Amino acid sequence: MTEVRLLSTSAILGYGFPEASLAAGMARKPHMIGVDGGSVDPGPYYLGAGKPFCSIMAIRRDLRLMLRAATEARIPLVIGTSGGSGGEPHLQIVAGLVREIAREEELHFRLALIHAEPERADLLSRLAAGRVRPLAGLPPLEPEVVERAARIVGMMGPEPFLKAMEGGAQVILAGRSSDPAPWAAACLRAGLPPAPAWYAGKMLECGATPSIPKGHDCLLVTVREDHVDCEPLNPIRKCTPLSIANHSLHENSSPIHHVEPGGLLDTSGCRFDALSDRAVRISGMSWEAKPYTVKLEGVELAGHRSICVCGTRDPLLIGRIDTFLGEVRGIVAEKAAAFGVAPSQYKLAFRVYGRDGVMAEREPLRDASPHELGFVIEVVGETQEVATAVLGIARTNMLHTDFPGRLCREGNMAFPFSPSDIEVGAVYRFSIYHVLELDDPCELFPIEYEEV
Amino acid sequence: MALIRDIAKVCKSKNAGPFELTLDVVFDDPALYQRVKASGVLGPELFARLYGVSANQVLFTPYDAASAFKATFPRLLPSGEVGDTDVYGCQQHAPLLDVDLPV
Repeated sequence: MTEVRLLSTSAILGYGFPEASLAAGMARKPHMIGVDGGSVDPGPYYLGAGKPFCSIMAIRRDLRLMLRAATEARIPLVIGTSGGSGGEPHLQIVAGLVREIAREEELHFRLALIHAEPERADLLSRLAAGRVRPLAGLPPLEPEVVERAARIVGMMGPEPFLKAMEGGAQVILAGRSSDPAPWAAACLRAGLPPAPAWYAGKMLECGATPSIPKGHDCLLVTVREDHVDCEPLNPIRKCTPLSIANHSLHENSSPIHHVEPGGLLDTSGCRFDALSDRAVRISGMSWEAKPYTVKLEGVELAGHRSICVCGTRDPLLIGRIDTFLGEVRGIVAEKAAAFGVAPSQYKLAFRVYGRDGVMAEREPLRDASPHELGFVIEVVGETQEVATAVLGIARTNMLHTDFPGRLCREGNMAFPFSPSDIEVGAVYRFSIYHVLELDDPCELFPIEYEEV
Repeated sequence: MALIRDIAKVCKSKNAGPFELTLDVVFDDPALYQRVKASGVLGPELFARLYGVSANQVLFTPYDAASAFKATFPRLLPSGEVGDTDVYGCQQHAPLLDVDLPV
């Protein structure tokens, strides 16, 4: 019976994992080692700015250990969504680290880079051909939205990985990819059916997350014709039917219908059976082939942000905080206008922690009386200069504005830092979250080979 | 009667993509899960009321295989949009904790 063993080292490249877990995983002679390189979860900034959300130091450490292990065992090392967002700058950052480590460690291998940032003209012609449709209730995609986007990536399925594996690549770095895709590719290549192949990918995309206690660590998944076995490598963790069931719900709108490039993974008939006190077998998944689509993710510039963190311990102020913030807002508008900044050039927000800083309008507890409140004063301006100028006025007036009954006449706010005002930089927003039909699953994702 | 916080093994929220929020309640006892399911308390209307959306915006799915319930509906704002308070969407579960179940 065909059996594929896959070793995922962590939830994200750069989150770290114990070396002992990697060694324990390698001792099980996996057919492939890999890790998911990114996620859309940290928000639109990283895709827009072309920067990873893990540090270079942390990524380098994980990569070095994985490259050593994979080359020594002569198995492929595969990383999806490289550099956090899988755009071209992200992919090149990780490729640069791979070359640097290979030089230092005297490692040699065939490297494949799979690009995922399609040309704008190509996207526009596909859009004009009616092959793009919206997701999650968004409006249909307009050409202007494509043109003004800071960056757009396509999310590849397993086929480009499969092609790179067949092309002899030992190390594969991909741009934006569906999280399970690299793992599904290894299974499909071995001749396993799509249902367990995709399911295995869903378990492996987050490292040891399907185990308890949750931590960033290694997971070994064994895939056969009609089931998937999950086991963490660290003896302190275990997979249980509950921990697997919990992970099966992860980040998907439906627990039973998982829409993937080229089909639908149906998990409604799954069974979770304990194989031991720390390994679980999942069976009963099915796959229905569908027309081939890939997701497009794009972001656009929304302004520049400056923030200030402060807090109050004054019960008299806390008792009338909404009125007070309204007054400060009025003063800011007046003073900003005086130095030539109109209200249309910025958005001012007071985030009130201790009241509704986490849930905003959805906060059900409206009458709680906290003894202190924390604030993030936030200005998003059309330029950084505007944001910082308006924030300065807002901070000063949070500190000094009088209110009826005020006893704390030296100041209303405690500031934890000097300087108090922080320039956060460019702000992006998600502007594209659509699907694109493809004739060939590889047509949007060119592969480049290199002998390292 | 029992609160979700006292009888569920998981009660969590997370983004399902940048535009939707998904909440999960998981039990470790299939019999208890079936009693909760039969009570009908967990359903689109509950999530609509707790989160200020309309019931037809809630995709509600009981998942027998995992003894779990999942509800997915639009985020207040897209993840990371100016004004968003929870980029990962992972701290929106608290109103569920005190839901009282007739079991």
